[in-house]
Amino acid sequence: MGHSRIVELWVGLFVAAGMAALFMLAMQVSNLSNNISGETYNITAAFENVGGLKVRSPVTMSGVRVGRVDSIDYDTRAYEAVVTLSIDSRYNSLPQDTSASIFTAGLLGEQYIALEPGGSETNLSEGDRLRLTQSALVLEQLIGQFLYNQAGKQQE
Amino acid sequence: MILGPLQLLGRKGLAFFERLGRGHLFLLQTLTALPGLVLRPGLVIRQLYSVGVLTLLIILVSGLFVGMVLGLQGYNTLVDFGAEESLGVVVALSLVRELGPVVSALLFAGRAGSALTAEIGLMKATEQLSGMEMMAVDPMRRVIAPRFVAGFISMPLLAAIFSFVGIYGGYFVGVGLLGVDDGAYWSQMQDKVDLHDDVYNGVIKSIVFGFVAVWIAVFEGYDTVPTSAGVSRATTRTVVHTALAVLGLDFVLTALMFGD
Repeated sequence: MGHSRIVELWVGLFVAAGMAALFMLAMQVSNLSNNISGETYNITAAFENVGGLKVRSPVTMSGVRVGRVDSIDYDTRAYEAVVTLSIDSRYNSLPQDTSASIFTAGLLGEQYIALEPGGSETNLSEGDRLRLTQSALVLEQLIGQFLYNQAGKQQE
Repeated sequence: MILGPLQLLGRKGLAFFERLGRGHLFLLQTLTALPGLVLRPGLVIRQLYSVGVLTLLIILVSGLFVGMVLGLQGYNTLVDFGAEESLGVVVALSLVRELGPVVSALLFAGRAGSALTAEIGLMKATEQLSGMEMMAVDPMRRVIAPRFVAGFISMPLLAAIFSFVGIYGGYFVGVGLLGVDDGAYWSQMQDKVDLHDDVYNGVIKSIVFGFVAVWIAVFEGYDTVPTSAGVSRATTRTVVHTALAVLGLDFVLTALMFGD
């Protein structure tokens, strides 16, 4: 039976190594570890233009990730994009007049929402809407404005 | 004179569908023989050793080198854009989504599939399978089912090990030799690789490939013409058909998973 025991040992080792590799792929390689777990609450914000913002994009305050974009819809009456943000409930003391802006990480990076706290005494809670928002910068519009200004200067 | 080629085409077509039908009936028989294995787990363990453990070495070495090549090639392309920090993303995504399941399935067909076919084919050629039937031992249960289960279990594990080793191969070349930042390699990877979209889908792929590869291998062995030339043909067919099936299925699965 000695031979059979070695075989069994090797098989056990193989299966354990395979499981460990799967586990490591899940934990170390994928984004499981930096997912926001546990309780969250939702707030909404309306933007004129969300640019390249996507569902699951990060929401940050002072560069620290506090939540993620839950959904992006279009309001057909106000002609605005409505973004639902799900915020970790650890950060439940955001002032009512917090403002949201869409920024780009790096020149070609992905877009994210940065929250800037205001000075209000009351805090945001589930379902509240952010009043102050700043749309994404669209590069084409910026270039268009620049060219228009240049043309104006030349005529003077 | 004109009817000759047409008849040939018809004969080939009929033979093809006949084989396809036999293959599916065989699969059905194998699946019904599976519950009997609960009483004899030792059979599966022995096959796990010859199918899984003995394939481990080639998987480890190939995974390491594929990862290293990805690291080198990815670096040379990304450094032109000043984006060499994204090397971890490139290496991890290509391995987890595509190369891990596909290359390990091809290696599996070459190392384990061909061995399974040759073994079962030779058992048939030397009339061991008929011998078992004479002794009222069902060869489906005793020979085919344990090999089928062993292959089905091994493939996802081998693919995971391949991806894992490959990511460390890319890490070794990128961070160790070419000077990509250590933290950026892992943090960008963790940021961009999604557990559900990328890792789970890769595992699903490897399960499907494992099923198809081991099915083809045992069927070709069982369906072999019982001569030495027949066994050799069956072994070749296993490797060729598995490669074709895996690459074809990979396209279909990729289109379903990532094609929105």
